[in-house]
Amino acid sequence: MLASLAFWAFSGVAIASAFMVVIARNPVRSVLFLILAFFSAAGLFVLLGAEFLAMLLIVVYVGAVAVLFLFVVMMLDIDFAELKQGFLSYLPLGGAFALVLAALLAMTVATWQASDQAESLRAAAMPDGMSNIEALGTVIYDQYVYFFQAAGLVLLVAMIGAIVLTLRHKEGVKRQSVTAQVGRDRNEAIEMLDIKPGQGIGE
Amino acid sequence: MMEIGLGHYLAVAAVLFTIGVFGIFVNRKNVIILLMSIELILLSVNVNLVAFSAFLGDLAGQVFALFVLTVAAAEAAVGLAILVVYFRNRGDISVEGVNLMKG
Repeated sequence: MLASLAFWAFSGVAIASAFMVVIARNPVRSVLFLILAFFSAAGLFVLLGAEFLAMLLIVVYVGAVAVLFLFVVMMLDIDFAELKQGFLSYLPLGGAFALVLAALLAMTVATWQASDQAESLRAAAMPDGMSNIEALGTVIYDQYVYFFQAAGLVLLVAMIGAIVLTLRHKEGVKRQSVTAQVGRDRNEAIEMLDIKPGQGIGE
Repeated sequence: MMEIGLGHYLAVAAVLFTIGVFGIFVNRKNVIILLMSIELILLSVNVNLVAFSAFLGDLAGQVFALFVLTVAAAEAAVGLAILVVYFRNRGDISVEGVNLMKG
């Protein structure tokens, strides 16, 4: 009872905020509604018993991706009113396309049936008596360890790509040159002077 | 109040997917909202994967959802980096001029 109530609440909030992401005038509001949509999707994941993915969704999306979006939206000085101009002219085509797509998906979901052999075709059956995170850990680090490494590589490439794209060298900035500092020797650093008494260094 | 089954989750995911596609259509000029729509589509895919995984009792779906999450995060990072560079060069983020990026 409580679970079904939670399902309706989470899914309603998720769908409403997803719609607001798409139609909001101000992109900052879009980002905030995107965060809300991810939060409610995380709630749905908890209801499904996938606690680890729910927490991951909050940490990765709300903590990193949404903040990245917010950062970019606020950093770029964009005239958002001008960007929204084509909205009404694209609305009929987009709406028609969305309706067709929704009808297709509804037909699929309504007539879809599980195969008789589905139970025996499971790739990694959920073990009994384990929490979700424990079971997921045993599967990821055992059966899917190469895929896990590949995912790490994807993130590494993305990180390097993002840094290479946005890095720029400004002219006229004084930087520390470690090689020049370390490569200095006594001959260029010290000058020996023979000073006569009562004369000082002079010029 | 009905019992919540697999079909309910699939319906929610289908609606989220449709909203994402709709967003791509109506926000043709604003690349930032375009990227957010793609995130919504990937989220709906994740809801599907996790729902099937939970109702079938197969953990592979959740592992796959994890990889989808990874790729989505990488895609957002690189997409926004390209957007920042594009804005620096042109002064706006309208999609119409994107073909200027051809070498």
